[in-house]
Amino acid sequence: MWERALRRAGLPIAYTGGFSPRPQLAFGPALPTGCESLAEYVDVVLDDGRPETTELDAGRTAGLAGGFLPAGIDIMAARVVDPRIASVQADVTSCRWEMSFVGLSRDELGERIDRFLAAPSVPILRERKGREELDDLRPSVLAIALSDPRGIRVDGGTPAGPVELVADLATRPRGVRPVEVTRALCAVSPVPGGGTVRAGEGGTLVLDRARRTQQWIERDGLRREPLEVGVPPAGSGRAVHALERAS
Amino acid sequence: METLWPQIEAILARVAKPARYIGGELGACVPEHGDGKVAWLLVYPDTYEIGLPNQGLQILYEILNDREDAVAERSYAPWVDMEAAMRAAGIPFFSLENHLPARAFDLLAFNLSAELVYTNVLNLIDLSGIPLHGADRTGDDPLVVAGGHCTFNPEPLADFVDCFVLGDGEEVVGEITALMRAWQTGTPGTHAPVPGWEQRSRPALLRALSQIAGVYVPSCYEVPPTRPNGADGHGASSGDPGVRPLFPETPARVEKRTLADLGGSPYPRRQLVPLIEVVHDRLNVELFRGCTRGCRFCQAGMVTRPVRERPAAQVRQMVSDGLARTGYDEVALTSLSSADYSGIEGVVTGIVDDPACSGQVAVSLPSLRVDAFTVATAAQIQRVRRTGLTFAPEGGTWRMRQVINKLIREEDLYAAVDAAFGQGWRRVKLYFLVGLPTETDEDTLGIVSLARQCVEIGRRYHKSVSVTASVGGFVPKPQTPFQWFGQNTVEELTRKVRILREAARTVHGLTVRWHDPEATVAEGIVSRGDRRTGAVLEEVWRQGGTFQEWSEHFDFGRWTAALDRVGLTLEEVVYRHRDEHERLPWDHLSAGLHRDFLWQEWMDALAEHGLEDCRWTPCYDCGACTGFGVEHVVASAVPPAGGSQGTGQDLATGGQVPVRFLQPAVGGSDRTAAASRGCPPAAPVPVGTGAGLGT
Repeated sequence: MWERALRRAGLPIAYTGGFSPRPQLAFGPALPTGCESLAEYVDVVLDDGRPETTELDAGRTAGLAGGFLPAGIDIMAARVVDPRIASVQADVTSCRWEMSFVGLSRDELGERIDRFLAAPSVPILRERKGREELDDLRPSVLAIALSDPRGIRVDGGTPAGPVELVADLATRPRGVRPVEVTRALCAVSPVPGGGTVRAGEGGTLVLDRARRTQQWIERDGLRREPLEVGVPPAGSGRAVHALERAS
Repeated sequence: METLWPQIEAILARVAKPARYIGGELGACVPEHGDGKVAWLLVYPDTYEIGLPNQGLQILYEILNDREDAVAERSYAPWVDMEAAMRAAGIPFFSLENHLPARAFDLLAFNLSAELVYTNVLNLIDLSGIPLHGADRTGDDPLVVAGGHCTFNPEPLADFVDCFVLGDGEEVVGEITALMRAWQTGTPGTHAPVPGWEQRSRPALLRALSQIAGVYVPSCYEVPPTRPNGADGHGASSGDPGVRPLFPETPARVEKRTLADLGGSPYPRRQLVPLIEVVHDRLNVELFRGCTRGCRFCQAGMVTRPVRERPAAQVRQMVSDGLARTGYDEVALTSLSSADYSGIEGVVTGIVDDPACSGQVAVSLPSLRVDAFTVATAAQIQRVRRTGLTFAPEGGTWRMRQVINKLIREEDLYAAVDAAFGQGWRRVKLYFLVGLPTETDEDTLGIVSLARQCVEIGRRYHKSVSVTASVGGFVPKPQTPFQWFGQNTVEELTRKVRILREAARTVHGLTVRWHDPEATVAEGIVSRGDRRTGAVLEEVWRQGGTFQEWSEHFDFGRWTAALDRVGLTLEEVVYRHRDEHERLPWDHLSAGLHRDFLWQEWMDALAEHGLEDCRWTPCYDCGACTGFGVEHVVASAVPPAGGSQGTGQDLATGGQVPVRFLQPAVGGSDRTAAASRGCPPAAPVPVGTGAGLGT
């Protein structure tokens, strides 16, 4: 989709060599199917050998490409980066997610979160290259809490409308997906046999929506986003970090 | 009607590949429905990924949305998980653009490209909340129509589909729209008056539709009861189909529609570009329609005659506009035999050398002719992303290929393969059929001999080469010379696959892939089925048999059980040879081919006589040109290098063929002189026959 949009925009994208040339695009951590996002990043390498490249800056590149993307995908910011710096994929250490659930009341979900945080380890089964492996999800969930309760009506402790939480999920060693957090929250339930949870939503907790709101690069104790929205593009290099916002 | 989007969005997170159901493709048209506009829902009854690239559906989508009096949306068969979620949530079959329920449309139009999707058609009618049987529908129900190659024997779906369109759809969709609008408003149409028209009765609509050329309305015909094993058909050789129209204004025989001037009709300008990966995910540009190679097993080649080429300038325009608009980096020049296009080299060189393509655009010819000349062209155009080359000899021995009229000599194939490996390709794929008429084990095993020789040729150039022999089971198709042939049994096809695999086991570098013989026979049940087959389809569907093209959902047991229940046997429907006088279920429908031409071709096949391509040689009077007053439209009087079959063989001679040239013919306009000069075979690449050659 990006390749075709950039070609439609007529941008001088750089290609890899060899018998099977591909456009040089590098995306950040993949967005799981069915999830929304307000924070996706892509590195686009332009061809220095093409005269059009010299006439482009980050803003113009983003403006050109933005007009050719499908509805719902907008470029929010772009910046020229030094081609020697690490890719978004390699740099991002965690992502912030907003998740909403149905099936449990706010209090019940809060109790599950407390149990999860108190547990020394929360093993879940994951499929990897066709084999099932037991992973501990606990260390990869850096933070998790109920969101501000505004706008959520809770009627005498019974579930009424979705309950929302915010979580910071690590991308290493493996990216944690919202559906896995759901399974982990089920796994800590006092329901018999709830030690290890296989596929599916499990319990009575159902993930209604998941939205990635931020990607974080944490280095030397400092946390920042790959690209500040609203920062004017500057400099002149080869690669452009584009921040894409999907609504 | 209200959009179903809120309900649909609520279940999308629970199904695989939700992007199949959201629309939003580049080129999609979100039309505004309104008074005076006839609303079409165009449906491809297989998954989104298979259906989206279908060019026929896309052409009609554009034509209808360009009309003042019509709107068109699309839909595809929801995968089983989505269907279950929809049924659980009470969501009916819906369109992708406005997410409207199918019942909000005036017409539900199915593309029928393959027989095993028929149970999906039944399922989607049901999922739409429309009565399954045409007889149970009222004036409030959408009209269920179908087009595509399979409509040349529509009888198995006659109970479920209100009307079928035979042949090219470009013009007829407009005629149906106008008639539908007249019926809705109770105003007289251009048809002969029918009772009940002013009252908007459904039978009146159907009766008026039956008057449109190329439209077959099964309910307007009386089909005599079918007695087993064709016993009621004797004496029908005069061409009497036995099927009688119920009304004087309904034609006794429905002739297909043929778009005479392909270049002059609107071409697709807004090819859909999906958000997710689909099959044939590239710019597709149709070079020409029709094929006169005359392969006797090939229904597409028989029913799409005559050959109608687009002017080269139009092709170039379609490619450059299409690439700029879509952003694709690959273009496929599609046709039944693309390398036969007059001036194919000029067109491909133009694309490859176009600076706008900046050397990154790959060109593919989906159907290569088997000769070294074609490989040279392919080498030139596949400078980028050179993957594999595919050839289709179809038969394992020269005798077999004469029977099926695929007149490729071993030398032609070896020259092509030699050129391919010599030009740097490492992988070659060969297409074959088993279960062909008169096939012996020698013919079957000839496939391995040919493939083994190809591996040996490759070894002269590369240490490691890969040759894949892809083996399909032959299904006799209506309106072809093989329509009388009794199909091979499951057991026989299975045995042939087994001896092939055993023979191939010792050949290092050769892979044999084969099609499931049970699926081949299930396809055969429907391919030549009569109206009784409808009950079989309904039973298979009721037992849960959707997506029968997908091996994970195909279950032959359902088909045999359904046959039992309906009182039919595989022997009668599939395995039995038909004789010259038997009434065939599609005798009242015409693809333009004379029945006696097809019978003569069948006799010639059994006598192992080949027949040359009539584009460049005299006419055999198949009926496709003369019957419609149309002509082949080709840009060159000279067959491509290598002769009319790519082989330069001297075959049959006959009378004059009507050919119209797009441009002054090169080398003189005298057709006969051009043909009689003959064309030398392509400069042969020296190939030894090798010791391993078994035929």
